Amino acid sequence: MTTMTHTAPAAPPATSENALLSVRHLKVWYELRKWGFGLAGYVKAVDDVSFDLHEGEAIAIVGESGCGKSSLMKAILGLVQPHDGQILYQGQDIFAGGRAGLRWYRAQVGYVQQDPFGALPPFMSVRRILEEPLILIGMKNREERLARIREVMEEVKLSPPDDFLNKFPHMLSGGQQQRVVIARAMIRNPKLLVADEPVSMLDASVRVEILKLLRQIQEEHNLAVIYITHDLSTVRYFSERIFVMYAGKLIEKAATDELLWHPQHPYTLALLNAISDPDAANARKLREVPPGEPPSLVAPPPGCRFHPRCKYRIDGVCDTDVPPEFEARPGHFTACWLYDERFAEQRRALEADLEA
Amino acid sequence: MTGQPATSAQPVLKTEDLVLYFRTTKGIVQAVDHVDFELAESRAVVVIGESGCGKTSFAKAVLRLLPRNVDTYRGRVYLDGEDIMALNDEEFRLRIRWAKLSLVPQAAMNALNPVLRVSDQVAEPLLIHSHDISKEEALERAREMFRYVGVPESFLHRYPFELSGGMRQRVAIAMALITNPRLIILDEPTSALDVLTQANIMNVLKKIKWETGTSYMLITHDVATSSELADDVAVMYAGQMVEHSDAESFFSEPLHPYARMLMAAVPKLRGDADLEFIPGQPPSLLDPPSGCRFAERCPFRFDKCAQDPPMFMVGDRKVKCWLFEKEAQGVYGSTPAAVATGD
Amino acid sequence: MLRGAFKELLRYPSALAGLVVIFILVAVSIYTVITIPYEEAIRLWRGGEEVWGDVPKLAAPAWLNHFSSKKRPLTVKLTSEDPGVERNYAQISDDLWVDDVTYTFDFNYDEFPQEVAITLLGTFQEKAPYVSMVWVKPDGTEIRLADMAVEGGKRVYRASQDEKLSRKLKLPANANPIEGLFAEDPTAETPVPMKGTYQVRLEGTLFEPNATLESKVVVYGTVYGWAGTDHLRRDLSIALLWGTPVALSFGLLAAVGTTVLTMLISAVGVWYGGWVDALIQRITEVNLVLPVLPILIMIGVFYTRSLWAMLGIIIALSIFGAGIKTNRAIFLQVKAQPYIEAARAYGASDWRIIFFYMVPRIIPTIIPALVTLIPSFVFLEASLAVLGLGDPVLPTWGKIIDDARANGALYQGLYYWVLEPSALLMVTGVGFAMLGFSLDRVFNPRLREL
Repeated sequence: MTTMTHTAPAAPPATSENALLSVRHLKVWYELRKWGFGLAGYVKAVDDVSFDLHEGEAIAIVGESGCGKSSLMKAILGLVQPHDGQILYQGQDIFAGGRAGLRWYRAQVGYVQQDPFGALPPFMSVRRILEEPLILIGMKNREERLARIREVMEEVKLSPPDDFLNKFPHMLSGGQQQRVVIARAMIRNPKLLVADEPVSMLDASVRVEILKLLRQIQEEHNLAVIYITHDLSTVRYFSERIFVMYAGKLIEKAATDELLWHPQHPYTLALLNAISDPDAANARKLREVPPGEPPSLVAPPPGCRFHPRCKYRIDGVCDTDVPPEFEARPGHFTACWLYDERFAEQRRALEADLEA
Repeated sequence: MTGQPATSAQPVLKTEDLVLYFRTTKGIVQAVDHVDFELAESRAVVVIGESGCGKTSFAKAVLRLLPRNVDTYRGRVYLDGEDIMALNDEEFRLRIRWAKLSLVPQAAMNALNPVLRVSDQVAEPLLIHSHDISKEEALERAREMFRYVGVPESFLHRYPFELSGGMRQRVAIAMALITNPRLIILDEPTSALDVLTQANIMNVLKKIKWETGTSYMLITHDVATSSELADDVAVMYAGQMVEHSDAESFFSEPLHPYARMLMAAVPKLRGDADLEFIPGQPPSLLDPPSGCRFAERCPFRFDKCAQDPPMFMVGDRKVKCWLFEKEAQGVYGSTPAAVATGD
Repeated sequence: MLRGAFKELLRYPSALAGLVVIFILVAVSIYTVITIPYEEAIRLWRGGEEVWGDVPKLAAPAWLNHFSSKKRPLTVKLTSEDPGVERNYAQISDDLWVDDVTYTFDFNYDEFPQEVAITLLGTFQEKAPYVSMVWVKPDGTEIRLADMAVEGGKRVYRASQDEKLSRKLKLPANANPIEGLFAEDPTAETPVPMKGTYQVRLEGTLFEPNATLESKVVVYGTVYGWAGTDHLRRDLSIALLWGTPVALSFGLLAAVGTTVLTMLISAVGVWYGGWVDALIQRITEVNLVLPVLPILIMIGVFYTRSLWAMLGIIIALSIFGAGIKTNRAIFLQVKAQPYIEAARAYGASDWRIIFFYMVPRIIPTIIPALVTLIPSFVFLEASLAVLGLGDPVLPTWGKIIDDARANGALYQGLYYWVLEPSALLMVTGVGFAMLGFSLDRVFNPRLREL
């Protein structure tokens, strides 16, 4: 029986200078058009997000649907143009280099998607699927490509490779399909991997396999990984740092265990409280859930975006001003007014609940 | 309501030797293979299993929502003691389906009719099944239901696309509740929803259970969320039910090796256990192995496993595994000998 | 994937039937184009006296005789140069030569021939030869037909136009003189031709030593060949045979051209979205409203009726049709698939994605559609011909129907003229439809029932 530990490796000292990927005040706004011509407003999917990612570092971006994490991911992959802000890879703006620059950048990033079957063209064999990225990078020699394909298939444990090369996606199980997706993401030896809910569509018993595989690959290649999910329970097995996203903004950033055991933001607390572990006692009590729904991204609430649902809100502050980032604990940042020194009094209610 | 042994009072649902096989171009899929099961009144059972284990087919077999390519469909299903398998289709439709037994289907949010207002859709089962209720009364009941499940009244006359996923799911639950059925079957009610919405829906279901005493069968692959509602747990594997216990015993110590490995594979937010995964794949339902179907992946297998074990009773728990033969107090349901000679 | 589909296809009897039909049509086309080259076909179809002079007009197919108790006559053609023709050439005096030719033939049919034509060809310097024509019935009755001088070198005698003969034989007012020549009792209610050996004796008199006299007797039957003839005496088999490659190539080119172009255009529109897509949709919507047939009629009347020009115009009008909308619906779904996004993420160019990732998804739906589209274009071409807009030189099935209609075929009971091309059109349609529907079931299994 294969096991996987839950202890996350220590995070390297985080400075902006040695960051592999640096996201600076990123805004991804989609235009809403009236009748195809007039501008009716913007869907502010990502609204002023900044963070640094270092080589070999695995971070998780956690949030519910509609929080903007998919748009953030698309911007990082270079698939959408940001409205404002920068994405720097190894110090260079990925959108500044024109098409050639973007093409070079894409070879540096691997993408693992949520739906393993949908991520693979159904009419292409595994060999052909894996060849595509190599053809695009100019590897002309067929033998060379095949050798590389075999190499990467061994890595994702699709072995012997020849058993799988001529199969089509529908002939593979969910886990095997996802391995092909991972192989495709790794085949050009990227330095950065973006994984969007890579296991949420797989069966419970297969999820662990794939997570373990991703972890192994990350460690072997010293990959930087951005793991996007809404399933906080898997995050402990995978990442060193967690960022929590809500309504287009990053509201909390911390090392994994630090965030899971000492959440600081009311939303994070609510999220953690809502997650169940298999325990029969759950059936006997109601869970506390913040009322309401995530806000519309077209007309988000003024000030802190969580304030309409927050039971600790400070009227006059939270509903008017956007909270900046505070360092609530060492290395643990959160965007909540309660961490402003002026509001230490109000913070006590939250601290009491955190102790529980 | 803590885990209590099933009382000798009439179970709300009981199946005996339920069989459902499908005919496909590749052969016969044995989706539900001789399942014996019972559920006591006002209790919620969670049917856990991975994709392809037959749990959705089990629900369909109970509800008689069969596709066209059915090969074999037999066995006995008792609802409150009445043998509903014996009813013909029309009687079943009128008296049982949605009157006493209702369903919240998978991706229910997408199963709403996009061209009807939600109030009309929720009122519809009532209009079909009660002959002397007027449209106004039915709509009034619909409004009550909305309040019950927590959908604001302002949404009453909207169309489904105007509601969020969570709200649509609540509408689907209201639709299943409105006729006051004895048993509601929910198929993956929260798998497509966010964590907070999921918790919300679970709260709604709990509230309904405590207040009305409706019985539930919740079908899911999400072991963690299932514990929110479960009084009993039933585990399905490769078309068979392999364990059936009360929730308390199950979550603290599952018996069947598959159930144990499944629990070990669930990532936990709190707690320090290491994660394990189960190597291999479930057998194909087209040609299941004779003998215990989990044997080839089971680390505890021994030579007796070449025979299909019966469902042993260990206290109030039932487990289909030779490992428990010695401590068992008896056998539940049909014996495998009878099963093996059948087809 | 295609190989598997083909094996799947052969399970359906209708597919096999369709394939057989199409194979036969293709074989006929190839055979026709080789044995009757294009130039030859045009020449034959243009017709004229030299080509079809000896062929009866509006004759039914000869094989009909097998199915009828009443045998209809085939054409008998005898020329003075045939061996075995009794000929007597002698000089009578200084300036008088005799050249007698006696033609003998058997006539054992139950119906009267269409016509008896005697062609006289003479060469001379000053005085034309003089010929007396005598008809001898099997019972020995001799009828003097006409006496004529071969003025101008060529004279043709047609018995059906000989009123003097009618009067001579005392036939009823509107009777056909042919009956007089062949019937036992021409004055009876329903005359019946006499069966036996007939003779035509031409007593020629030549006035010059170097004058020559050749003749030809044609007894036109009322059945001819395996397809019959039309009003211009043209053997319909030419048009039926040649119509096959024309129909197939027209249908195929139009179907393929339309389908491929529609697919590419909608793929481009869906991929680039925005104003490109909007423009294509607006063009399509306007084009859908345009009435195709009236436009084709206008072009045919004012500009050209050439088949290939019509083909081009039809394709142009069909590209922006309903196909754009249905293809677009499918492409929109394909575009939303995760693997397209993955391809963009690993840097595939727009064109690569369109051709290698989107188009293969639509081919299973397009193939059956293409096959069922082919007969539509075949029928369109035939319809144009029936409306009088057919290609002026090419023999096609539609042209036959057009001629038949213009000459009142059905009214005259000349059913074969209409039925033959119609049958071919139907067979073509059914053949492609059967194959197309089976392909649909193979490629789109959701239509299949377990």
